[in-house]
Amino acid sequence: MKLSMLTGRHLPLVATAGIFCLLFGVTAYFYEGFFSGRVVADLLSDNAFLGIAAIGMTLVIFSGGIDLSVGAVIGFTSIFTATLMGRGVSPVVAWMLALLIGTAFGGTMGTLIHAFRLPPFLITLAGMFLARGMGFWLNTESVAIHHPLYDWLANFDLPLGGTMHLSANGLILLLVVAAGYVVAHHTRFGRTLFAIGGNEQSALLMGLPVGSAKITVYAVNGFTAALAGIVQTLYTSSGDGSKGIGLELDAIAVVVIGGTLLSGGRGHILGTLLGVLIFGTIQAAILFDGRLSSWWMRIVVGALILVFILLQRFIVRGAGRRGA
Amino acid sequence: MTDQPLLQLRGITKRFLGVTALNGVDFSVRSGEIHALLGENGAGKSTLIKVLTGVHSPDAGQITLAGNSIQPSSPKDAEQAGISTVYQEVNLIPALSIAENIALGRQPGKFGFVNWRAIRRHAREALARLEVECDVDAELGSLSVALQQMVAIARALDLRAKLLVLDEPTASLDEKEVAELFKVMRRLRSDGLGIVFVTHFLDQVYAVSDRITVLRNGELVGEFATAQLPRLALVGKMLGREVKDEAGRSAAEAGAADQAASAAPLLETRGLARRGAIQPMNLSLRRGEVTGLAGLLGSGRTETARLLFGIDAPDAGEILLGGKRVEFDSPRDAVRLGLAFSSEDRKTEGIMPNLSVRENLIFALQAKRGAWKTLSRAEQEKLCAHYIAALRIKTPDAETPIKNLSGGNQQKVLLARWLATQPELIILDEPTRGIDIGAKAEIEQLIGKLRGEGLAVLLISSEIEEIVRNCSRVLVLRERRYAGEVPAAELTPARLMSVMAGTHEQA
Amino acid sequence: MSKPEPIKPAAARPRSPLIWMVAGLVALVLLNLTKNTSFLNVTLLDGHLYGTPVDIFTQGSRTMLLALGMTLVIATGGVDLSVGSIVAIAGAVCAILLRDGHGLAITIASALAVGLAAGSVNGVLVARLGIQPIVATLILMVAGRGIAQLVVGGQVVFITNKSFEFLANGFVLGLPVAPLLVGAMYLVTHFFLRRTATGLFIEAVGDNETASRFAGLGAARVKTLAYIFCGACAGITGVFAAANVRAGDAYRLGENAELDAIFAVVVGGTALTGGRFSILGSFLGALLIQTLTTTMYNLGVPPAVAPVPKALLIIGVSLLQSEKFRNWAGRFMPRGQKAAA
Repeated sequence: MKLSMLTGRHLPLVATAGIFCLLFGVTAYFYEGFFSGRVVADLLSDNAFLGIAAIGMTLVIFSGGIDLSVGAVIGFTSIFTATLMGRGVSPVVAWMLALLIGTAFGGTMGTLIHAFRLPPFLITLAGMFLARGMGFWLNTESVAIHHPLYDWLANFDLPLGGTMHLSANGLILLLVVAAGYVVAHHTRFGRTLFAIGGNEQSALLMGLPVGSAKITVYAVNGFTAALAGIVQTLYTSSGDGSKGIGLELDAIAVVVIGGTLLSGGRGHILGTLLGVLIFGTIQAAILFDGRLSSWWMRIVVGALILVFILLQRFIVRGAGRRGA
Repeated sequence: MTDQPLLQLRGITKRFLGVTALNGVDFSVRSGEIHALLGENGAGKSTLIKVLTGVHSPDAGQITLAGNSIQPSSPKDAEQAGISTVYQEVNLIPALSIAENIALGRQPGKFGFVNWRAIRRHAREALARLEVECDVDAELGSLSVALQQMVAIARALDLRAKLLVLDEPTASLDEKEVAELFKVMRRLRSDGLGIVFVTHFLDQVYAVSDRITVLRNGELVGEFATAQLPRLALVGKMLGREVKDEAGRSAAEAGAADQAASAAPLLETRGLARRGAIQPMNLSLRRGEVTGLAGLLGSGRTETARLLFGIDAPDAGEILLGGKRVEFDSPRDAVRLGLAFSSEDRKTEGIMPNLSVRENLIFALQAKRGAWKTLSRAEQEKLCAHYIAALRIKTPDAETPIKNLSGGNQQKVLLARWLATQPELIILDEPTRGIDIGAKAEIEQLIGKLRGEGLAVLLISSEIEEIVRNCSRVLVLRERRYAGEVPAAELTPARLMSVMAGTHEQA
Repeated sequence: MSKPEPIKPAAARPRSPLIWMVAGLVALVLLNLTKNTSFLNVTLLDGHLYGTPVDIFTQGSRTMLLALGMTLVIATGGVDLSVGSIVAIAGAVCAILLRDGHGLAITIASALAVGLAAGSVNGVLVARLGIQPIVATLILMVAGRGIAQLVVGGQVVFITNKSFEFLANGFVLGLPVAPLLVGAMYLVTHFFLRRTATGLFIEAVGDNETASRFAGLGAARVKTLAYIFCGACAGITGVFAAANVRAGDAYRLGENAELDAIFAVVVGGTALTGGRFSILGSFLGALLIQTLTTTMYNLGVPPAVAPVPKALLIIGVSLLQSEKFRNWAGRFMPRGQKAAA
């Protein structure tokens, strides 16, 4: 919009977009066939459940919190949905129940965190153990899902022209990103989250509903994690309690690579989408290459987190100095 | 101006745990005036402001605003009644845009959505009213403190306030920025707003205010028209003594001062300065001498001490210790070279609350010796026993957590902490603040003893009497500048006050 | 303004969490005994001690060692999420070095060096650059397993060195080696912390960092050292972990170890806000968590479900430590109990 938007506040977002373009360009240069709309559409489909979870995580991080339970909630939802459907429950009812449980679970953690001033990372860590254990309590094995609706959704393809198609999962991801964008940037609730993450004390003095916003954001994140779990069942047509192990780290990484400040108060939902694309591109490039091993993924992601954290450190310090 | 005051406080009394912070104070502000609220530490200014803005509710008294009796129970409540406050610490969100900071909590829009266009428009209007021009999309944190202050004022005024409370808005502004702020204040005054202006800078009081209310020790000293109250009289009223008072200083002290005057300085500074803290200043401190550092609140006393002790890095100038140039990167360096600094902020910069009296007491000595040269438990206990007896520290035993002690005894433990390091120079920043009279007398006695033992002492205090009683000579700061020295021979409260007030040149 | 300054009586020290932990241990043991009366039996076979209690110590020794380092980091007001990944890297390094025929001394020294290096990275990020501990240590937590994979080339490298295995499964004078070594490290650390002023410095930094700095302490240095020590503990834990499974497995070594270590410290009574710490508490905390795990196993709870009671335990303990919760719960208690809560 204006030059000031490109520097300062949105610099991390611009940096993320630049990194994505560069990464995608370099990858396309080295690997023939990479530069196509199909690949981008596949990036969305293949990383849909990570992306959906990351959008919820972004909101939590905006508020200065963190939620380590999302991977476990995905695993729980996955096996919960499959188990219910295995007993003849209709998929829609199973989804509703799963979303309800996820939301209530997140809301409970949020309440503990806010009401008793407990550290978010500790409570959500406990939440992670709890959700993972509950999932395995239902079933430690993978359960296949057979249902006409699942078959239909698996074959669903939204033609985007040319060879591009968007799967149901990719579509859900884009819808969640759009919803997340509206919530974060165009609602009072979203703006309150930024204010809390920026300075909780000031937010209180400004008369903002700090407590309810904090509880709500964990509930919303529980909802998106459960949704990600449902999308995971669509992706593999099965439910598995071991899904999503370590996914909370990937989600946090994606958020940080997307330019959001991990201590809260700064960032953009679209950055998280870009973060998912960067994450997906690295993964796809490693797969395309065949020579590089998959563990490079973690190392590159760790290095990217380091770069972004140092970049943000520099920006925040710069702003602080000017303010002083 | 109308005769009917806009704001009228009558008989406001507020007690905290049996301590009376405000005692039957009256205060009134008219529409279209700038009213300065003045007083030194503990005068009750901030309590009065908090009563006004709904943070505290008074134990007795009435508040009327524009003829209606009000009882604000929260800052939001007060804002709705028409009283808006801008604090010294800008209570906004630096990472968000200017426009959003003005709108937060009352964004226009339906169903929980926000209308960005309306937010920007409101922000532009609110800033235009103050004649401030800036890009409302810019991040608040990218602005100078002065502009952030303007945004805070814009936010406050957006509520169609009748009364604007500015609580030390100028504390971190430079001259030009202050001038800008005053322009805005005058403009708002001509719009008919009542403004309460809290500041420590007397020049500013005379530059902008119409009337002055002075508080001292929770009581109203009086209300004056600014034009009719000479500066020196004002300082006298704030400090609670008439200007003609003479000090009774003992001959022994003057003698000590004479002796010390011949000795070479222990510590000297040349052009020591830091932007926003203190203008370049030279000072010299000698062994066996208690040097006072006086000035009104906000004059740069603590800032100077922080530079001397390596807490903040100077922008310019140098420090000489025993004639040799030294540089302190941290308090650690200063402590190793024999300096000690007892901070005015006991709670956040002094005590380690959950650690025991013993651990707090031996801490600086142990830190100076390093981790390996550990003081044995017996040595520690000996030190504790010695200082607990010598300073008459009242504590059940040395193993009690220091947070359980009273303020005065905590202060004594902190003094003992420094004395145990056997420093050559000790900087005492408000060593007697908030402690009872008995402990205060003991601490002053101790200061005299330290002088006798050949220490150099730099005593910072807002109490004129304390400075005059204890110091051989006094360096005076005014508005972050060195304002002059009052030598032993001339050291009287009246002389000191006139230098502090900046009227001695004319006098 | 003279206000009376009453001397408050020495506040009753907060009731020692050690008592709670011992009570918890006793309860768990009793629970086990109802199922299996031979739970506490220890037999001497071939001059070696065998039995469930011995197993608990052997299996719990790794969490104990991690908790030792974590205690110091948490006492400075920080946290180290990367210890699990450091365990994996150190274990991987051990496996590779042993495969290539290097000796035991070089192997262990290398694992220790890995830990020291990783701890230094964390320490610099936290203490020098001022990055929040959770964020700073997250970097190595994410990247560390990738680095471990890189070290072992994506394989599980098996270890066939008998003397290395001895570290995890051997016996000395009839006692298992690993807990003995860990116990010795606790003792050495305890004496180091309490005989030098290091323990005091750490508690001071955690209690009030500004005040400690103003009193002449190099607080950043103390914090850096805590992270380096924590990294070193994780490096040695990597040795034990690799010896225990006789393999360098980048995925499994130290999996969720950071969580168990943090839990042990918090359950052991060291507050996440920093300050006073108790390494004995952390030791007992680790013991409690391992006993809980073993109990679950003995009760036939599938290992995958075992995290549930752990989660409930940690929520319970953190609620008990929350002042807000105690105030809130206090309203539902009769007066007498209130004072105790």
